[in-house]
Amino acid sequence: MIRQTLLATAAALAAFTALPAAATQAVAEPAAGPVSLSGDVKVDRTVTENGQTRHVLVQPDKVVPGERLVFTTSYRNSGTRPIQNFVVTNPLPPAVALAETGSGDYLVSVDGGAHWGPLASLTVADGKGGSRPATGADVTHLRWTIPQIAPGASGTVEYHATVR
Amino acid sequence: MPAGTVIENVATASYSNGSGTASVQSNKVSLRVDELLDVAVAGLASAPVPIAAGTAALPYAVTNSGNGPEAFALTAEAAVAGNPFTPTVQGIVVDSNDNGTYDPGVDTPLAPGAATPALAADAAARVFVLVGLPAGVADAATSQVRLTAAAVTGAGTPGTAFAGRGEGGVDAVVGATTARSAALAAVITRIGAVSLTKSAAIVDPLGGTRPLPGALVTYSLVARIVGSGSAEGVVVSDGVPTGTTYQPGTMKLDGAALTDAADSDAGSAGTAGISVALGTLLSGSADRTITFTVKIN
Repeated sequence: MIRQTLLATAAALAAFTALPAAATQAVAEPAAGPVSLSGDVKVDRTVTENGQTRHVLVQPDKVVPGERLVFTTSYRNSGTRPIQNFVVTNPLPPAVALAETGSGDYLVSVDGGAHWGPLASLTVADGKGGSRPATGADVTHLRWTIPQIAPGASGTVEYHATVR
Repeated sequence: MPAGTVIENVATASYSNGSGTASVQSNKVSLRVDELLDVAVAGLASAPVPIAAGTAALPYAVTNSGNGPEAFALTAEAAVAGNPFTPTVQGIVVDSNDNGTYDPGVDTPLAPGAATPALAADAAARVFVLVGLPAGVADAATSQVRLTAAAVTGAGTPGTAFAGRGEGGVDAVVGATTARSAALAAVITRIGAVSLTKSAAIVDPLGGTRPLPGALVTYSLVARIVGSGSAEGVVVSDGVPTGTTYQPGTMKLDGAALTDAADSDAGSAGTAGISVALGTLLSGSADRTITFTVKIN
């Protein structure tokens, strides 16, 4: 508690020495922590030029079923202390299915976040009383764990999905 | 995913900052799903549909494989390469009561060039193309009829966009099917023809077989159905030759006597000749034999 108060005072002092506008902002959003998360999405379109196909990531505002999307979440520790045990949880939008690219730096859940593991380790009910291996279409949540973020450090997590 | 669906993605993070745990939420990214225009047409008959006289109904399924409601313009084309004859396209009918059978007067005919009613995403409509036979077609000939469906909103190169023309005002985009699809279905002609063979047997008054005055001549007429179809309303008539006289009560059909009067049985006979109504001869049915006797004057 004391430490937080000190930090707030330090921020206010720093702001006053800079611009009054920034000071207003800092006061208006006292809850903003030292870590920021920024989400983005691109659509992965295949372009054919001169017989060569290549993938380009473009900024979409609209997509159609079957298109491949790349969702990214960027993080930054703008504080002065290291952040530990940074866990990013991303519910998968129901309109998309996870495209398993094999990169797999995340754990997934196929039951709304109750159980977690690599996709290959999870099963779902097959509707006939048994179970079957889970696929990307079964995934409900994704989770990344970053053990530590140094002050000023940043990074990005991403997943690929297909519009159902 | 239905057209107009909004895809929203938000990530949250929890962390330890040395004095406890805190969490932070990302901004929300949103994408709207456009309407994809796709269609699939399939012929539903497992074998060529038989056609005799009259009309044959060729069944097709038109499936909206897009993600929004869409109507499809239908065209039927009978001039397909390789056809031995060109069926006459009489119209296209929607199987309104969805029972798989063409019901004249019940199923809804489409006006020429008209489109199907709007089909929901992934819904299918069964339609019939009604065809007739041109004159002079051989028996057991098979021809194909092509049904083409195209999205009313638009068709063409995949990716072609129609701004604001999708469900709920989203854009409509042509999908991988080009929003146009076609399928073939076949008719096979079932045409029956009747052949008639006439023979005569003579018994002369002297016990021989010479055509002497007073000799009795028994004519046999054998009617045979040929081809893969049936013949309806078959009537066999034959005149009594000049110089001979019909012998009353001698007319028979397949060995059974027929009365000479025009009455409830199939035959009638008189001085001019005989006539026997055989009705419908089904394909492959047995020959019908008519006999009658005349005397040489």
